[in-house]
Amino acid sequence: MKILVTVKRVEDWEVKIRVKPDGSGIETEQMKYVVNPFDEIAVEEALRLRDAHGGEVVIASIGVKDTAQQIRTALAMGADRGLHVLADSAVDPLAAASVFKQLVDEEKPDLILLGKQAVDDDMGQVGTMLAEKLGYGQASFASKEDNLESANEKNKVPALKVQNGRVEVMREVDGGIETVSVALPAVVTVDLRLNLPRYASLPGIMKAKKKEIKERPLSAFAGATAPGVKIVKLEPPKERKAGIRVADVAALVEKLHSEAKVI
Amino acid sequence: MSNILVLVEQSGGKLRKGSLPGITFGQAVAAKGGGALHLLVIGHNVKAAAEEAAGYGAAKVFVADSPAFTNFLCESYTAALEAAVKASGATLVASATASVSKDVLPRLAARLDAAMASDVVAVVDASTFKRPMWAGNVLATVQLTTPVKFCTVRGTEFGAPEKKGGASAIESLAVAVDLDSFKSKFVAFREIKSERPDLATADVVVSGGRGVKSAEGFKTVEQLADLLHAGVGASRAVVDAGWVPNDLQIGQTGKVVAPKLYIALGISGAIQHLAGMKGSRTIVAINKDPEAPIFQVADYGLVADMFTAVPELIAGIKKVRG
Repeated sequence: MKILVTVKRVEDWEVKIRVKPDGSGIETEQMKYVVNPFDEIAVEEALRLRDAHGGEVVIASIGVKDTAQQIRTALAMGADRGLHVLADSAVDPLAAASVFKQLVDEEKPDLILLGKQAVDDDMGQVGTMLAEKLGYGQASFASKEDNLESANEKNKVPALKVQNGRVEVMREVDGGIETVSVALPAVVTVDLRLNLPRYASLPGIMKAKKKEIKERPLSAFAGATAPGVKIVKLEPPKERKAGIRVADVAALVEKLHSEAKVI
Repeated sequence: MSNILVLVEQSGGKLRKGSLPGITFGQAVAAKGGGALHLLVIGHNVKAAAEEAAGYGAAKVFVADSPAFTNFLCESYTAALEAAVKASGATLVASATASVSKDVLPRLAARLDAAMASDVVAVVDASTFKRPMWAGNVLATVQLTTPVKFCTVRGTEFGAPEKKGGASAIESLAVAVDLDSFKSKFVAFREIKSERPDLATADVVVSGGRGVKSAEGFKTVEQLADLLHAGVGASRAVVDAGWVPNDLQIGQTGKVVAPKLYIALGISGAIQHLAGMKGSRTIVAINKDPEAPIFQVADYGLVADMFTAVPELIAGIKKVRG
C-alpha cells in the first residue's frame, strides 16, 4: 500500500517562544526546529503499516528551504521519498489542504496520515479540510487500546487495522473512545498515544542522504494564494501575578480559606 | 447584516454544558456586529434540547432530528450543519471547541472555501478574533477574510450564556442523509462514564501528575476531589502510563480547563500541561521538587510529598468547614 504522510517543520517546543516587540512575529534567533511531534507519530504508523502490508511511504511537506531537514529526518526514520513544496512563509490550513490535495491526486496513495494538529499554530484543520477536498472519509484523533508499554507497541505492530479495502480506527473523543471504519483511500489524523516514534538510526541517516526529495515551488500549485486567515499581530499572553510558597499544609488551608476564599 | 450560526451539542437529549459557551460567543458577536444569532441542535429525539436552546434569545433554533444522527459521524453532521448554514444565511459559523466541532467545522469550511480560526479566546469584531498559538505562549489576533467564516471557541473563555426571556422559534431542518452513501461508518462508542463534574465546567479541578507514581497512587487525587466535589484531571504522563483514561488529560492537546480552583498534585508543569490550566483563577501546586516549573504559575506552592500533604489537607479542609 502507498501511504502519504504530511510533516511540518515547527519550533522545538523545549525552546522558549518570545514575541518580537513589534508583534510582527516570534524571535527566531537561536531557534531550533523539529518535525511536528504528531507528524512523527504519523510517520511511525506509516512505517509500521508499510512493513506489515508492503508498499511505500511518501513524505510531503510545505515550507521554507530548511524544511528539507525535517523531510530528511522522516526519511532517516525509514520513509522512502519526499515531496517538498517550497514556500517562503506559512500557508494557512485551507491553502495547505489545497496543495496536499494536488499531491494526492498525483500520487494516489491508499492512505493519508497527518498529525492531528501542528504545535506552532494549534489550528488542527488541515487533515479534515484535506479529506473534504478529496471527498474521502476521515478518522481523526486516531489512538489505540494497547498502552505504550505493551508488547504490541514494542513489536511495532500497527494500530490502524487495514483490511478488505477499509481502515478501522479507534478515536479518542470527548467522553470516550469511538471506533469508525473508513473505506480506502482515506485520511486519518493521529493523536498522542497511537505509538512511540522511533529514533533515526545512524544507518538510517546515511541511507536517507541518498533518498529522493522532489522540490517544487508553491506557485506551481493552484489555490494557495491570498490567506483566508490573516495574522494581524502577536502579543504575549496575560501574565499571572506571582504566587507565594507556603510553609506547610496548615498555612495552605489558611490562605485558601481567608485569602483565596475557595474553601 | 451577517448572521451567526452556532452549533450546540446535545447528549442524551440535553444540551452539553461544555457546548453552551458557543452561545455566549454568538451573543457577543451579534451584539458587536448586529447580525441575527441562530442555533443548531443535531441528534435523534432532541426536542427537549431544542426547547432548552430556545431560551437564549436566538432568532431561530434549527433542529436536525433523525435516527441517522443517533451516532456521530463527521459526514452526516456536516450535512446537517450545511443545511443550517443555507437556511440561516449565516456568514459566521461557530461552536465550542470539542471533538465534534473539531471534525465538523473544518469539513464544512473546506466545502465552502471558508477560513477558520480554532479555539478563539476573544472577539475583536465580527471577523477578527484572538486565539492562542505555540501552546498558549503567544496570543494572536487573526482576521478571517473569506465571505463565510468559521470558529471554534474556547469554552473556558466565554462561560455560560445568559438566558433571555421568551422562546426562539424552532425550525425543523429536513436533511437528507443516507448513511450507506458515506465512506465512513460508525462502528462503536465506548463511553467513559464518571460521576464527577465535567472537567470543562467544574468549579474545582484536582489533577495528578507523574508524582502519583501508580494507578493506586492516583486514588489520593480522587480522595481530595471527592471531598471538594471536584473534576479530576491528569497530566499526559499519567494517561500515557495507562493509570487513568485519556479523557482526563489536561493540556495543549488535551482538555483546557479554567476552574475557580486548580490543585496540581505531583505535576512538574511542562509547558504543554500549563497550556491547559494556566487560565484557572487560583492555582495550588504540591510537588516534592522545589524547582518544578509548576511553581511559576501557582498562586500557592507547597514543596512537599503529596502523599503526606493530601491527607493533612483533607483533614484541614474538613476542620475549616466545621
